[in-house]
Amino acid sequence: MVEGILFVLMAVTALAGAVTVVVARNPVYSAMGLLGTLFSVAVLYVAQLAHFVAAVQVIVYAGAVMTLFLFVIMFIGVDTSDDRDERLPMQRFWVGILAGVIVLLAAGITLSGNFDWVPAAVETIPEATNGTIQAIAEPLFTDWVLAFEATALLLTISAAGAIALAHFKGQRT
Amino acid sequence: MTDFLWLIIALPLAGAVLLHFLGRFVGEPLSGWLASLASTSAFVFALVAAWPFIQGGEHSTTVLLWEWMPAIGANLELLWDPLAALMVLVVTGVGSLIHFFAIGYMHGDDRFDRFFTSLNLFMASMLTLVLAGNYAMLFLGWELVGLSSYLLIGFWFTRPSAAAAAKKAFVVNRIGDFGFMIALMLVFASFGTLSYAGIFERADEVLGVGMATAIGLLMLVGAAGKSAQVPLYVWLPDAMEGPTPVSALIHAATMVTAGVYLIARSSAIFEIAPIASTTVATVGAITALWAATIALAQRDIKKVLAYSTISQLGYMFLAVGAGAYVAGVFHLMTHAFFKALLFLGAGSVIHAMSDEQDMHKMGGLLKKMPTTAITMGVGTLAIAGIPPLAGFWSKDEILGSVFARGGWFSALWIVGLVTALITAFYMARQWVLVFLGEPRWSQDTSPHEAPRVMTIPLIILAGLSVVGGLLNTPFALRLERFLEPSFEYVTLQNPPEGLAMFAVLAGLSVMASLVGGGFGYVSYNRPKQRWLDFEDGFEPLWGTWEQAYRVDDLYGAAIVAPGKKAAEVAAFGVDLAIIDGAVNGVGSAVRRLGELARSLQTGYVRNYGVLFLGGALVIVIWLVVGR
Amino acid sequence: MIVSAGYYMALAAALFVIGALGMLLRRNVLVMFMCIELMLNAVNLTLISAGRALNDLNGQVAVFFILVVAAAEVVVGLAIIVAIFRRRSTASIDELSELRG
Repeated sequence: MVEGILFVLMAVTALAGAVTVVVARNPVYSAMGLLGTLFSVAVLYVAQLAHFVAAVQVIVYAGAVMTLFLFVIMFIGVDTSDDRDERLPMQRFWVGILAGVIVLLAAGITLSGNFDWVPAAVETIPEATNGTIQAIAEPLFTDWVLAFEATALLLTISAAGAIALAHFKGQRT
Repeated sequence: MTDFLWLIIALPLAGAVLLHFLGRFVGEPLSGWLASLASTSAFVFALVAAWPFIQGGEHSTTVLLWEWMPAIGANLELLWDPLAALMVLVVTGVGSLIHFFAIGYMHGDDRFDRFFTSLNLFMASMLTLVLAGNYAMLFLGWELVGLSSYLLIGFWFTRPSAAAAAKKAFVVNRIGDFGFMIALMLVFASFGTLSYAGIFERADEVLGVGMATAIGLLMLVGAAGKSAQVPLYVWLPDAMEGPTPVSALIHAATMVTAGVYLIARSSAIFEIAPIASTTVATVGAITALWAATIALAQRDIKKVLAYSTISQLGYMFLAVGAGAYVAGVFHLMTHAFFKALLFLGAGSVIHAMSDEQDMHKMGGLLKKMPTTAITMGVGTLAIAGIPPLAGFWSKDEILGSVFARGGWFSALWIVGLVTALITAFYMARQWVLVFLGEPRWSQDTSPHEAPRVMTIPLIILAGLSVVGGLLNTPFALRLERFLEPSFEYVTLQNPPEGLAMFAVLAGLSVMASLVGGGFGYVSYNRPKQRWLDFEDGFEPLWGTWEQAYRVDDLYGAAIVAPGKKAAEVAAFGVDLAIIDGAVNGVGSAVRRLGELARSLQTGYVRNYGVLFLGGALVIVIWLVVGR
Repeated sequence: MIVSAGYYMALAAALFVIGALGMLLRRNVLVMFMCIELMLNAVNLTLISAGRALNDLNGQVAVFFILVVAAAEVVVGLAIIVAIFRRRSTASIDELSELRG
């Protein structure tokens, strides 16, 4: 019951945040909307016992990444050139058609009751998926240790790449 | 002894490789001496290895160096028998002398070291050819001598005529090689191996007369290409564009005799195919007479010798075709001595005359360069067949053997006799024009005797031309006994028995030589206007001879021009219109398609996004609905 | 009561579609970037839910890796945006159509 209430609340905030991201004219508002969504999703993680991932979501995403976004928005300036000229007049039409197809698809799936992509929900939360740090660490450092090393390399390279890009001295055109 | 046999090939090869890479630093004249050393040491090794044969009683041996393709009998194996030994000794012996001569002759040339690289490469190739223990390796040497011949004819490639001559030699040789290759395929199809050992022993049981004739005739095509026989002889006169030592070594003494060697080596096959043998003899006789008449009227000192070489090769073909293999090989050897001598003498003259080759502009050189004149005189007498010089014995043995066959060969014998007469005439003409009479050269040339490095080979070769014939006189058939093991599968044709018969035949040929030579001497030992009038008296025959029967023009009109036409059609008609058209058509079709596809690439990320999402949706719908 | 995985999936699908539409409609590079993050989160949510429903911890491990990659992507992506901005003084994606065929 608790999870049901939590799910509804958080689903609403997440969707509201997402819509804000898309609709807001000012990128700062978009960022705020995204922040809301990220927090809601983190709560949903906790609801599903993914404690560690939820913590990482809050610290890395809501903390570091969002800070970076806001910093760049401030750096670039709040640019509303978005609406000044539309070079793709048919874009909204095509997107509308695609959205219509998606909605139709979703409606069709819902109406057909064909909602069981995953097996029926279990009644109690299984202890095996209790995502504590300890529990996550075991597969991470046994089965996936190679992938883990690779991500370490990826982070190092991307940091170096970011520095290189920041040092890039190009002519303004 | 035979353990060191590979060194005979390896030494000149090593010399060629060494000079190729280091020749530039070694420079002149050391690179020449190095090359000569390689060649001479090969000669010494050959002599040591051949010693048991000379003493008699030694068997032929096959030395397997490396198994290359054992399944078809194509290994790197050397056959060491008397025939190979004799060829190796001639090649390395005469070759070494010519190497030494070339050190003097090529003095001052920009590419001195490169010349000796090619010369050593040629030696290695020729030795591979004669030492080969199977047809595959022989063919390898056969092609390699063709290559080195090409390189050396075109040595002065900046001259268009030299480049063209090299090309011509290569192309004409390829025609012959084509026949030779088919012959080898037939040999392989019949015997299942290319190894001599597997072929000659079983030749008479495996080969039918028809197959043997086919193989023999195709081998004749190959031999005619390499040895400049009618109708493939046209490359040899042009090959005189190469430096004179090359003409002496390759186009007189050694490489051109490869065809004779091939037929002698394949004697077991020709033994079964009398038609092929007769054809060989006939081709030889025709070539002998044909080239001799052309040689009569040449003005270029080297052209005379070139046609003379063709003519003498014709003699060798006549001999091997008549079954007188020993006589043919004997003439090959003596001819190597005196023709190398004559060419080197001619080279010495050309060297002295500052590259003048026209005999009309020579004369009176006897006093200026006595050594060259006398040694060349010896060579002239030898080729003319004056006893007891080398040419007499070998030529007489050939003519005697041909006469002994009787029948059709009697006609060939008459041709040979006439050729002997003409040979004596044109050789006398050459010697008189060059060395006697009043000087006809211009004031600013000052002829001088060649340096000693050039004259000593001349003297040695002159000595060999004098005594070389004594190897195989009717009174002591040393060479025949020496070579007999190599011809164990055939019955050798010999001159008629008996001293009286010998005296008659020898008398006839000596008479022919004396008449021809004497007539030539008398006709040309006169002031220039007199012998010019004498030549004009033979018009229009003389002009035809001087232009070599216009065979080059005929070939040009009959073969080269249609070939060029066909190439033109292929190039501009077929290639440009059809093949290029097809390729370009495909290209422009792709291009037009690209123009169409190009409009998809708007450069707007959101356009791509729409397409991307649309595609993803299609897949999702397919996954959801499709199940 | 436990919320069935299907509802989480539906929420994730909604978030994903909103992100995708924003991606296609907005021209501000930064907003488009945020939409990408939205879509990534939607996918993460499905992985967590599926992991729970299938009783498998590896769903959470996969999410962890996606988070790391996303962080790296943000770092590089924002650096590129800054670099472009310094050159072109614009944050509009339509200005950047040099690769037109």
